[in-house]
Amino acid sequence: MGFLDILYFMVPVSIAYAAPLIFTALGGVFSERSGVVNIALEGLMVMGAFIGILFNLFFYDTFGSWTPWIALIAAMVVSGVFAILHAVASISFRADQVVSGVAINMLGLAIALFLTKMIFDKGQTDFIKKAIPNFDVPFLSDIPVIGPMFFKGVYGSSILAIAVAIVTWYVIYKTPFGLRLRAVGEHPMAADTMGVNVNKIRYIAVIISGALAGIGGAIYSQTMTRDFGHATINGQGFMALAAMIFGKWHPIGAMGAAIFFGFAQALAVVGPSIPIIKEIPTGYLHALPYVVTILALAGFIGKATGPKANGKPYIKGSR
Amino acid sequence: MSTNMSNRMINLLVPAIAVILGLLVGAIVMLVSGYDPVAGYIALWQGIFGDSYAIGETIRQITPYILAGLAVAFAFRTGLFNIGVEGQLIVGWFAAVYVGAAFDLPKVIHLPLSILAGAAAGALWAFLPGLLKAKMKIHEVIVTIMMNYIALHVVNALIKTWSGGGDKTERILESASLRSEFLSSLTDYSRLHYGIIVALLMVVVMWFILEKTTTGFELKAVGFNEHASQYAGMKIGKNIILSMVISGAFAGLAGAMEGLGTFGNMYTRGGFTGIGFDGIAVALLGANTPLGVIFGAVLFGSLKYGALNMPNAAQIPEEVVQIVIALVIFFVACGYAIRLFLTKMSKKKGEK
Repeated sequence: MGFLDILYFMVPVSIAYAAPLIFTALGGVFSERSGVVNIALEGLMVMGAFIGILFNLFFYDTFGSWTPWIALIAAMVVSGVFAILHAVASISFRADQVVSGVAINMLGLAIALFLTKMIFDKGQTDFIKKAIPNFDVPFLSDIPVIGPMFFKGVYGSSILAIAVAIVTWYVIYKTPFGLRLRAVGEHPMAADTMGVNVNKIRYIAVIISGALAGIGGAIYSQTMTRDFGHATINGQGFMALAAMIFGKWHPIGAMGAAIFFGFAQALAVVGPSIPIIKEIPTGYLHALPYVVTILALAGFIGKATGPKANGKPYIKGSR
Repeated sequence: MSTNMSNRMINLLVPAIAVILGLLVGAIVMLVSGYDPVAGYIALWQGIFGDSYAIGETIRQITPYILAGLAVAFAFRTGLFNIGVEGQLIVGWFAAVYVGAAFDLPKVIHLPLSILAGAAAGALWAFLPGLLKAKMKIHEVIVTIMMNYIALHVVNALIKTWSGGGDKTERILESASLRSEFLSSLTDYSRLHYGIIVALLMVVVMWFILEKTTTGFELKAVGFNEHASQYAGMKIGKNIILSMVISGAFAGLAGAMEGLGTFGNMYTRGGFTGIGFDGIAVALLGANTPLGVIFGAVLFGSLKYGALNMPNAAQIPEEVVQIVIALVIFFVACGYAIRLFLTKMSKKKGEK
């Protein structure tokens, strides 16, 4: 297998793995830019993955081939609502945001598994009939080299992810809302003095992050696993969190990092058919994406500093 | 003085209220899902205290919970959040079983050696996140989470390699076993083993380190105020690494108890044991104190084991207990709101 063949093989898989990470990492960007640490991304993603599969199974007969897309919206809504719990705890109740996030992660998985057992009477759901389809982009896929790499067998969700990353960049850097969001995350007291409702902005940001993580989870379950069980998400949310840090809390940076982590995951999946890498036993290969994540955090970014007020609840009148 | 007293009361009341709220919301979840919460909680109770076998198994389950709770609590006291207890537990389990099965030594050497192997493996697994935090300021939360997944996959791969493609390790030799005929027969042949003694001993060890040694003082000082400690001449990096290593050793011991006591071997796993994550709940409920950890472990260990009786006795998925545990963490985290409510209540009473 030549080098180019390997790339033709790896790049589409990488992008497919990257899409859920991009969505979730963007969610993280919204939340943390507003000053709320969101380690709950994993649990929000689990919820999205579960709702996506559930909706897909129950409404396939009603919506036909549109089902996976409408399932994304359902997952978005449910995870957005679920994120309110994290918002209430971290913003209004001044909880330790990491602890609250851990609680949400456990809660998300527990609720999803509880409902799975209740509805399906077993540890995982049935397989969905209609996954998110992949297709060859007309004309573009005929371009030599680039065509088969980027435009063959593309999931619509991947294109959507990149589009949303650009929209997020626009919202955060070019709109009044984005300016307020960043202000609230850097110096909430100054923002408050200027008449910005700090807590309101933070609530909105956390809910958006839940909605995006929900979409990410539903994309993952509807493209990769096609059912839901206890190991469906398996750390994707945390990896998205790492992508957000790796991307220095910037939407486009987060997207790039997510694609890099997607590549690391693709390596674990397609590795057995690539020379050199296939020498590594598959068991160890599964650990590779996580090793790469640590290496990336340790080696390339140096000291990453997040938004200044990240993790601190805003208490009016205190310095 | 009286306000001090009420403050202490409130400190004790917050976790109690969190537990009650958790159980209450759990009941509502069951009710909404069309199950009978009363039957559910009776089944839970029976699962914990139903007979001497259940009690023995409950105590067995509490053992790793104490150690996992200590691991999380110890790191918390130094201002570190060790979410990697799960991974440290898994490598500790494997290392203990490996030493327990691969060597043939007299029991007085073999058993302590196997236990130590578990602790050492856990400590090693926590060393890296500590090092990265100390030297490069990389947040320990993300690194420890990634280390969990690495532990899971690497240990699975090691088990496969060791067993020649199988999915479980050899059994440990009798000389490395924590099994106890006496404790077992006392509890109707449950799997209760001597691990509970090790766990309780470690509670004392943690108390001793934190309260009676200079090292412990330094660790706590760094947890309270990093800059002040540095100004006072303490080495922040060294203390961070040390704290992670000790925390990881506790976690590794939790795994060793599972390997040498409960199971006697190790299986490949599809997912985590959950003990490490529940350890966070244990530590938080116990306010990160050694004694508090015992209470937290008794509560969550019992809930976790008792839950296994719920599907049989009441046809309720046992995951409902995991929901309750998550809710308790959530409510403990929201302690500020509970505190506010309690202070308002007590003020109202005072006015009357």
